[in-house]
Amino acid sequence: MSNTGTERVKRGMAEMQKGGVIMDVVNAEQAKIAEAAGAVAVMALERVPSDIRAAGGVARMADPTITEDVLNAVSIPVMAKARIGHIVEARVLEAMGVDYIDESEVLTPADDIYHLNKSDYTVPFVCGCRNLGEAARRIGEGASMLRTKGEPGTGNIVEAVRHMREVQSEIRKLSAMSKDEVMTFAKVIGAPFELLLQIREEGRLPVVNFAAGGIATPSDAALMMELGADGVFVGSGIFKSDNPEKFAKAIVEATTHYQDYALISELSKGLGTAMKGLEMSTIAAHDRMQDRSE
Amino acid sequence: MITIGVLALQGAVREHIRSIEACGAKAVEVKRVEQLEEINGIILPGGESTTMRRLIDSYGFFSALKEFGRQGKPVFGTCAGLILMASEIDGQDNAHLGLMNMKVARNAFGRQVASFEADLEVSHIGDAFNAVFIRAPYVLEAGPEVEILATYQDRIVAAKQGHYLCTAFHPELTDDNRVIAHFVTMVEASMKATA
Repeated sequence: MSNTGTERVKRGMAEMQKGGVIMDVVNAEQAKIAEAAGAVAVMALERVPSDIRAAGGVARMADPTITEDVLNAVSIPVMAKARIGHIVEARVLEAMGVDYIDESEVLTPADDIYHLNKSDYTVPFVCGCRNLGEAARRIGEGASMLRTKGEPGTGNIVEAVRHMREVQSEIRKLSAMSKDEVMTFAKVIGAPFELLLQIREEGRLPVVNFAAGGIATPSDAALMMELGADGVFVGSGIFKSDNPEKFAKAIVEATTHYQDYALISELSKGLGTAMKGLEMSTIAAHDRMQDRSE
Repeated sequence: MITIGVLALQGAVREHIRSIEACGAKAVEVKRVEQLEEINGIILPGGESTTMRRLIDSYGFFSALKEFGRQGKPVFGTCAGLILMASEIDGQDNAHLGLMNMKVARNAFGRQVASFEADLEVSHIGDAFNAVFIRAPYVLEAGPEVEILATYQDRIVAAKQGHYLCTAFHPELTDDNRVIAHFVTMVEASMKATA
């Protein structure tokens, strides 16, 4: 009579997050600050991406104690990250009752070839993408939500912008194609044919696509909304800034009112220093998280 | 022409816009208080109620939405919208808009893994309505002036009080527009009454 874990319920959960900000937190106290600032969800982590980058070594699923503390601290949804292809980390998070799993390139991949078959799970998944082929492969595997990969932990928006523009531009290209061109396009970008037909018909992805990876200011968040993001993830940006509480509120309001430039100017005043950030050319190829999967 | 607004601070706005248009009314995304003047009824969509409340307060929507309802203009809340409309929230000291005399519980069916779809019979709407529940609330207690429209496992999941309508589920997520169509008729009736 009633069904759980359906595609509609999993994708619908992400639809409810639209226009909102999902914030990385590493403990219950940060989770409460995020909730009070108006976050639509929090991502429970052991370390934010910039610290993962600095620490080096293998990054894994957070200690369940941290995730559990965050689950108990807030009433908004709680997300958590599992390593790419790590079936057990994902099942553990599902068993703990997290509301969404991020199969994330921010952690060190457990499988360098295959992603999880996300359709098997009751809990919904979000995955990163840099282009339409990657987006379609993740949806094909059962992802219910997408986000740009960006380059996590850099405070540099350039990669997220590139990934959002790339996906949008390929969707526009696909929408203008005649049907007999679609199969070859599917072959070239490595995407499921039937899914491309659906995207071509509707002119958009069947799931929401958030911005993530490098958002460091309210203007960055508004920029990503302007480019067509359905919402934003802010990782290191908030709790690495001088005044996290004020900063978190400003990002939330800038995301809602992304075309109200006078307001964004007000919100941006006196926020203190944003995170320092990294220029892309200073990051060695093997340190680029976005290239860890495709 | 009937114009229905969707409060567009956060949440599933696009789906409601599509449903309203499918029912033959004009749909408007409401982001500023002044826009309330242009519309005949409003939908408070699903999303995160804590986030919406913060934005409602930041942009002066709190008293404006209460006044909108006091003028007899219909309000329809889905999921988070139902929470915003309740006069009492279980476990919390303060409610939000308090438009409907009912006590509600948030995330009452459990976390996301417990989210579900089920076919319901809904008064005024009909039967076999595919209802999508996502981290949904339900109504614990309703005052005598509240008409119960649907229950699921004995819990109240849809209700009506005069020109106020609410559902714990998301009618905007399916192509079955019967609930939204009912709200459109409520807006139509209120316009005739005040004309």
